[in-house]
Amino acid sequence: MEYNVLQSTWFFIWGLLWAVFFMTDGFDMGIGTLLPFLGKDDTDRRMMINSIGPLWDGNEVWLITAGGVTFAAFPKVYAVMFSSLYTPLLLILFALIIRGVSFEFRGKVESPVWKKFWDACIFIGSTTPAILFGVAFANIFQGLPMDQAGYHGDLFYLLNPYGILGGLLFLMLFLVHGALWLSIRVSGPLHERSMSAGGKLWFGLLGVAVVFLIASWFSTPLYNNYLSQPLLFAVPLVCVLSLVGVKFFLIKKNALKAWLASCLTIVSATFFCIIGLFPNMFPSNLDAAYSLTAHNSSASQLTLSIMLVVVVIFIPMVIGYQLWAYHMFMDKLSIHDLAEEEAY
Amino acid sequence: MDVVFLSRLQFAAATMFHFLFVPLTLGLSVMVAYMETMYARTGDETYLSMTKFWGKLFLINFAVGVVTGITLEFQFGTNWSRYSEFVGDIFGSLLAIEASTSFFLESTLLGVWIFGWKKLSRKAHAAIMWLVAFAGTLSSIWILMANGWMQHPVGYVIRNGRAELESFLAVITNKFGVLEFLHTVSGAYVLSAFFVMGISAWHLLKKQHIDFFTRSFKIALVFGLASSLFVAAIGDTHGVHVAQVQPAKLAAMESHWETTTRAPLHLIAIPDEKNERNLIEIGSIPGILSFLGYHDFNAEVKGLRDFPADERPPVLITFISFRVMVGLGTLFILLTIYGMFQRNRLIDSPNYLKIMLFSIPLPYIAIELGWVLAEVGRQPWIVYGLMRTSDAASPIAGSQVLVSLIGFILVYSMLGALGFYLIIVNAKKGPALAVK
Ligand code: HDD
Ligand code: HEM
Ligand code: HEM
Repeated sequence: MEYNVLQSTWFFIWGLLWAVFFMTDGFDMGIGTLLPFLGKDDTDRRMMINSIGPLWDGNEVWLITAGGVTFAAFPKVYAVMFSSLYTPLLLILFALIIRGVSFEFRGKVESPVWKKFWDACIFIGSTTPAILFGVAFANIFQGLPMDQAGYHGDLFYLLNPYGILGGLLFLMLFLVHGALWLSIRVSGPLHERSMSAGGKLWFGLLGVAVVFLIASWFSTPLYNNYLSQPLLFAVPLVCVLSLVGVKFFLIKKNALKAWLASCLTIVSATFFCIIGLFPNMFPSNLDAAYSLTAHNSSASQLTLSIMLVVVVIFIPMVIGYQLWAYHMFMDKLSIHDLAEEEAY
Repeated sequence: MDVVFLSRLQFAAATMFHFLFVPLTLGLSVMVAYMETMYARTGDETYLSMTKFWGKLFLINFAVGVVTGITLEFQFGTNWSRYSEFVGDIFGSLLAIEASTSFFLESTLLGVWIFGWKKLSRKAHAAIMWLVAFAGTLSSIWILMANGWMQHPVGYVIRNGRAELESFLAVITNKFGVLEFLHTVSGAYVLSAFFVMGISAWHLLKKQHIDFFTRSFKIALVFGLASSLFVAAIGDTHGVHVAQVQPAKLAAMESHWETTTRAPLHLIAIPDEKNERNLIEIGSIPGILSFLGYHDFNAEVKGLRDFPADERPPVLITFISFRVMVGLGTLFILLTIYGMFQRNRLIDSPNYLKIMLFSIPLPYIAIELGWVLAEVGRQPWIVYGLMRTSDAASPIAGSQVLVSLIGFILVYSMLGALGFYLIIVNAKKGPALAVK
């Protein structure tokens, strides 16, 4: 493959990994944020945690792989992006650490105070990354103050209005996504509550999404690629249609289909942004000459080729066994499942 | 504050902490898989409760291992950005391959194992644990190949101001990495075996669940003896390879200043780095160092004085870590051999059981010191001979690193304390009553 085709291919593989991460771990984070609101008692909360219990860890690996692939395919982006976004990235990682151990630790001691503590950790550990991923990506879409000396800004620079809007958008996406997944896996009053929460949150999501699309027009160059290739508008169109689909299936009381539509919403929303970004990966808003792109920051042709073989073989395998695991754990949880020693 | 120094401290803290949990994952997964296979084969309920009891400890440990790994995956970018740019082509691809081939498999299937008891047949459920163990081992191959490349870079060319891949085959067959893999994984097995034996010893001393813990002890004993022998044998081979490719590390390991033939091994020495000599040398046996390094009593061994002062690793730390690790390694062999003679009267050997109980931390110390030796002994290089650690850090403010370092220390000490607390509580509880 030609070097620049290879680079572009890798750019979209990179985008795909982020999209799948948001689509899968997104509902885990959403459920974590919803925990104190929908979980009225300990049984409810355990139901919520066990609804994602078998899957969250495998979902999180999409993030690790996105990180590893950035390192391998675009070492310069990995170096500059992660050192520039040092503080938010470490906050995300600490949050994920706390969330991860909470699931395992929470049920290991029978004490209400102990459980309350870990419930709070799950909430913080899920909400923080959801918002910060949005803030970070929105700032990337907008461009960052970078010159030859590197990045000039700090955590507070990132918290500009468009950045915060991005954080809000991710949070809403994940909340709806989480409520829908929970609806698939539980029955009874908890199911009713999560369906109705999904319905209400949907309006919030719609509002934020519309504002975000408009703000992106003014604050970012995301639409440029679309204006030069109008056919690409099909991607945001899919996004809008699937978002409508979520509401449609919610009204039809079909949680599974609503969740699938929500998956499509998240993936197409991510791709809407990724396509708009192309070929930039970490753009400078001072001077385009300092922007890191798929073409000026990639690994060598040999590394890109070998890695392509690796992902073409292994990622479909991963998708295969993850689908198998999802298939196994899509059924309704019952109280008896919580009695099992292994349940969280 | 100095970014390089703080970043080194942070990296060392984060990896060493990760590595408090990783070895037990590697070894216990194999033992649990074995126990479950025995259950699937024989239907003996004791094996089932063994699987569940040790499996629970495995899971608590695994949780901390996983979450501390995530920060590591990103730390090269956050704290070592110049390093990352320089080596991404090679080192980064090994990390990415690790994630896509091993972490997915391990994490996804472990979820299936935890929650899938009723959904799978006995045999399939046991097979899942074997796959989890396999994936863990596979992940350590990739990461140790990455580390092996930093220790002894191969298969690259310097082009465009960075190390670019030239031969993938050379990178994944790097002898340094292969030896690191064999030595680290067998060290992990030693650690897990001592963990199982120590906890079993505690219950046997209390004379509770005797059948259960005698059987657990014996499984671990065989596992422990074999791996203690293996880890020492590979360690020896490893030393020979270090002598060839990192002579400065070998000299520091032995606090060897003067280039000589028939180089002696000092049982005890106190290096005096300023005056380039040893303050005291006790128990020096001529020729042994030459033999250890080159398997020849008369070989010439280059002394530290013949390396420029800015290419010498810190001698004292390197020297002590090596001594203690090897000393402990020898002790593990003795303890497990002695155990083989006691294995049919464990319950009547309270002193041996007590020793085994108090030995639980020793392999942890050995395995951490092994890493200190490998990494500190590599200094001042981050990539041996190619890039210095002092040129590798990110161009960020020291205050940022200081804050995150404090964060790491706080969060990790809480995690560590809770993790070990839960392991101890659940270990003491003993198995849920086995035969229903
Ligand atoms: C339970 C753990 C354990 C035990 C009993 C031993 N080791 Fe070890 N050693 C390790 C755990 C370890 C390790 C943590 O796994 C290291 C760090 C890097 C590596 O590859 O393995 C290591 C490194 C290491 C190195 C340095 C490699 C380098 O610089 O990269 C040498 C020369 C040895 N070992 C030699 C030995 C010898 C001769 C032993 C004799 C008994 C021994 N080790 C026991
Ligand atoms: C296999 C994966 C590993 C890789 C890729 C790796 C890489 C690194 C890097 C980049 C540094 C910082 C730069 C430096 O000071 O040289 C470092 C230092 C260090 N690492 Fe590792 N490491 C690995 C495994 C480990 C493990 C498992 C441990 C301990 C349990 C460990 C212990 C240390 C220590 C103590 C230092 C500090 C040395 C010093 O700066 O003087 N490493 N390593
Ligand atoms: C400094 C380099 C290292 C990095 C970047 C790293 C990265 C990671 C990550 C991201 C995870 C979580 C994976 C998941 O979610 O399933 C993890 C877990 C794991 N790592 Fe590391 N790791 C390092 C050092 C090591 C070393 C030296 C070994 C083994 C020799 C190792 C073996 C494992 C194993 C077996 C697990 C599985 C879970 C557990 O730790 O209990 N890692 N690591």
